[in-house]
Amino acid sequence: MEKGEPIIRLEHVDAGYPGAVILHDVSFAVARGEIFILLGGSGCGKSTVMKHMTGLNPILAGRLTVAGREWSVQTRAELCRQIGVMYQSGALFGSMTCLENVRLPLDEFSDLSKAARRARALELLRDVELEDAADKMPSEISGGMRKRVAIARAMALDPSVVFLDEPSAGLDPITSAALDDLILRLRAEKGMTFVVVTHELPSVFKIGDRAAMFDRARHGLVALGAPQALRDTSEDPFVRKFFSRGEYHGQ
Amino acid sequence: MRGLVSLFAFLGESACCAVSALVRPREFRFGDAALAFQRAAFDGLPVTIGVGFLLGVILAFQSAAALQTFGVEVYVADLLAIALFRELGPIITAIILAGRTGSAFAAEIGTMKVDEELDALTTMGLPPVRFLVLPRVTAAAFAMPILTVFAEIAGLVGGALVLETMRVPPAAYWQHVTASSDAPMILFGLAKGLGFGLLVGLIGCAAGMQTRATADGVGHAATSAVVGSIVAIAVADGLLAVLCNIWGA
Repeated sequence: MEKGEPIIRLEHVDAGYPGAVILHDVSFAVARGEIFILLGGSGCGKSTVMKHMTGLNPILAGRLTVAGREWSVQTRAELCRQIGVMYQSGALFGSMTCLENVRLPLDEFSDLSKAARRARALELLRDVELEDAADKMPSEISGGMRKRVAIARAMALDPSVVFLDEPSAGLDPITSAALDDLILRLRAEKGMTFVVVTHELPSVFKIGDRAAMFDRARHGLVALGAPQALRDTSEDPFVRKFFSRGEYHGQ
Repeated sequence: MRGLVSLFAFLGESACCAVSALVRPREFRFGDAALAFQRAAFDGLPVTIGVGFLLGVILAFQSAAALQTFGVEVYVADLLAIALFRELGPIITAIILAGRTGSAFAAEIGTMKVDEELDALTTMGLPPVRFLVLPRVTAAAFAMPILTVFAEIAGLVGGALVLETMRVPPAAYWQHVTASSDAPMILFGLAKGLGFGLLVGLIGCAAGMQTRATADGVGHAATSAVVGSIVAIAVADGLLAVLCNIWGA
């Protein structure tokens, strides 16, 4: 698949849970190699969309394809080789060291020898500048470091797309900016596609190639495009208010 | 109704994972099971022995008071052996396991759910039931018979000490214990313990898997694990008693 081709496509998707549609008729595509932002206020459904895209929850209506194939016909094993996910808290396993956390997907799914798996996990930790923390437990490292270990784990099986759920949440501005730099570097070095759920505007403008913006009040996608373009040219009152950090209640 | 459906779905998935692990043992996480077993069995030994000992002391005192009237307090040994091996040993051990281990399973898995670790496992293609539930349930099931043996021995020792204060010779006491108990009875009690361990493990893990991401979610999961386990143990024991009565066992 060439750079720029859609790797994930949503067509007229209803997002939510059985009996509770949160977003109606959502359509967009994520191109290979881009950093795509799912943007919106708290509770607007951006994490729900991410859960659909990562295969955690089935979509309520519409069509969702990953690498050209319908999401619903792919097995979990197929999906997990195509996507990696970093959750908001990092979601590292507390009973394992950082190295073991990163090595886990390799242990389960790769045919590499034990030594090769360890070497690969160390290489991934080196990519996120945490080789020194390999033998530490998640409780012994900071929140920002946990997120970087989680990114390393998400990349373990060389997925096509890495999802990042609120990477800046709970981090100070310096750590958050360092994480943004890491995402940009990984994209530049490895050509990875990132889908980032966030509402942190500095991050959005720094790393985002395109953004899909959701509005809870209108239950849908209200803007799609480059973040700077949305900020400068959108005439949608919600989009303008959001980028000017104003209050908006869907009135 | 939805809870019942998800409980059956959980039981079905657990059964499938267990069968799959039997067919492909490599899938079973022996290290996690060993760690859970250590916490359930070895770390639980002191409290199990302590409670078993006190149970024996209390039972001996209460029954000896009545039997002393007829000068047959040595039969306390028979009463203790039958009660501990058939019923009280497995039940009291299962209740302790529910309080210690079942609640811990629910809290561990519940916290992992709140921290999105279960979602992380799922998106990595690792079923949480295989990864988290199977090792814990196996550990609880195999810990129970071991803990039960220790509780029963401690109870009998407690009874022996009480009867010694009533001038019943230890030799006579142990003779009555061995005379009134046989291998099938002891094995039946241990098998019951294994079943109760399965129940405690499954209910604890199910409560953890159904934890809600709220402030009191994990606490609620731990509570429902203990309460659910105790109710299930009582119901299962009652059913077994009825079945044994029907079969004349």
